[in-house]
Amino acid sequence: MNFYAVKAIYKFEMARTFRTLLQSVVSPIVSTSLYFIVFGSAIGSRIQEVDGITYGSFIVPGLLMLSLLTQSVANASFGIYFPKFTGTIYELLSAPVSMREVVLGYVGAAASKSLLLGLIILATAGFFVPLQIAHPFAMLFFLILTCITFSLLGFIIGIWADNFEKLQLIPLLVITPLVFLGGSFYSVDMLPGFWQKVALLNPVLYLISGFRWSFYEISDVNVGISVAMILLFLSMAIFTVWRIFKTGYQLRK
Amino acid sequence: MTPAICIKNLNKVYDSGFQALRNINLDIKSGEIIALLGPNGAGKTTLISTICGIAMPTSGQILVDGLDIQKDYRLTRAKIGLVPQELTTDAFETVWNTVSFSRGLFGKAPKPALIEQVLKDLSLWDKKDNMIMTLSGGMKRRVLIAKALSHEPEILFLDEPTAGVDVELRKDMWAVINTLREAGVTIILTTHYIEEAEGIADRIGIINKGEIILIEDKDTLMRKLGKKSVILQLREKLSTIPHSLTAYDLHLSDDGYELTYTFDTQGERLGVTALMDELKSINISFKDIDTKKSSLEEIFVQLVEESQQ
Ligand SMILES: Nc1ncnc2c1ncn2[C@@H]1O[C@H](COP(=O)(O)OP(=O)(O)OP(=O)(O)O)[C@@H](O)[C@H]1O
Ligand SMILES: [Mg+2]
Repeated sequence: MNFYAVKAIYKFEMARTFRTLLQSVVSPIVSTSLYFIVFGSAIGSRIQEVDGITYGSFIVPGLLMLSLLTQSVANASFGIYFPKFTGTIYELLSAPVSMREVVLGYVGAAASKSLLLGLIILATAGFFVPLQIAHPFAMLFFLILTCITFSLLGFIIGIWADNFEKLQLIPLLVITPLVFLGGSFYSVDMLPGFWQKVALLNPVLYLISGFRWSFYEISDVNVGISVAMILLFLSMAIFTVWRIFKTGYQLRK
Repeated sequence: MTPAICIKNLNKVYDSGFQALRNINLDIKSGEIIALLGPNGAGKTTLISTICGIAMPTSGQILVDGLDIQKDYRLTRAKIGLVPQELTTDAFETVWNTVSFSRGLFGKAPKPALIEQVLKDLSLWDKKDNMIMTLSGGMKRRVLIAKALSHEPEILFLDEPTAGVDVELRKDMWAVINTLREAGVTIILTTHYIEEAEGIADRIGIINKGEIILIEDKDTLMRKLGKKSVILQLREKLSTIPHSLTAYDLHLSDDGYELTYTFDTQGERLGVTALMDELKSINISFKDIDTKKSSLEEIFVQLVEESQQ
């Protein structure tokens, strides 16, 4: 294991984050606040309560998931795509590192950044609504695994993309819609019967549901299914990365 | 002694179907400096990329210090430093950070004193906290060299290190290369400045269309293929080359005042004396005489032309 290399990549990627501190920290605070003002106050004043929780509190887990998923994918995909784009990847390819170390460095950094972001959003939410976390460890479990899984997904996208359009395509056309339709801002019970069934096909719903359970002990699906789902996604992501490098889908020419 | 690099029957076909390297066989001795010459698109960068692990060989084998570059990539790549042809650098990182990053990436423990020395040798020390984006092209080239040297490679590839570089940096670079040579580092460089190869290399390789058409000790090469010319400045204008001299390879300048005799250094040297006698007998006198050895550049052009036929 080339420990120095993993550390170098990790540090390098984290430095990128801290260089853009304003964008990394202030922008999630602003957008979270906006969501609370628009959804929490404007809509929340009409919805009042969902499953016995005020609407403002209800949307906290979904809001977190929305940012975590999109940011994890965006960070990780950009992190590996950018060196390909500028050509600095030559150094990574000529270095004595295995793909496992590359993944560890890049995905580790992207996941750390998302985790940090999640905590910032959580703190911001605390200013608007009283926070209540019934199962802190379960909450962290979902939080961390989601960060890792979707950073892996981002990494895969970054490897696959050969232009900026492809880089944006999946986050924009797949991930954002799935999160919005996955019950971030509503409970599935609120949907008409047919759409409830459709909603259950959305994998992100299981994440949000499980995550919300760790806060308020309310969920759309059994929390055990949510745990199984996140583990399944993680395994799928790891398997895909492994396949990519195994079957010679190479960065090398 | 195990060669630093041993290349056996190497072929490289790009995904596009283009064959960039054809059956390359090459041994590079430890501690020597090899200059690779060849026209644009000859395959120099491809050869370097393949050895360094950036491009995959299609067939053949490459050993570094006797180790296979694919099976033992950790060991072989750790020994190699690469300065790429293209100026590919990060933009927002500082010089110090990007050079330290390279050292870590190559699996070496931090060693700030070494990085400091490298930056000083390359006149980059006062720029260490500058963002790379704010550096000039020549300075970026230095950063790339510093990155390659940061992990103390035993083998260094310099792909056109002096392209677009001023006299000052060239001097810096030759000084650095000399230090490395003394430390026993094997250096493989490509260049289009032939005088550079002539000045620094121990051996010269010439690549054309993916094939090594020649690899030879520099001095031997110059001796073997070098031509000499004797240039005579005539006192009186000559309108044509006299009939009695047609046996010699002579060239008369347009103004009729300069007569050039070209001969092979391998061939008989008697030619010059005979020519002098001949000139005297037909009363052609000259006021000055000069000799010229053909440069590597001429040898190079000649070889490439020959291989093209
Ligand atoms: N990724 C690639 N895919 C397909 N063909 C390529 C690729 N890279 C290089 N080539 C082709 O391979 C040949 C050799 O290119 P290479 O860059 O090795 O030449 P070179 O000798 O370094 O030239 P130069 O002096 O211009 O740097 C060229 O014809 C080039 O077009
Ligand atoms: Mg080249």
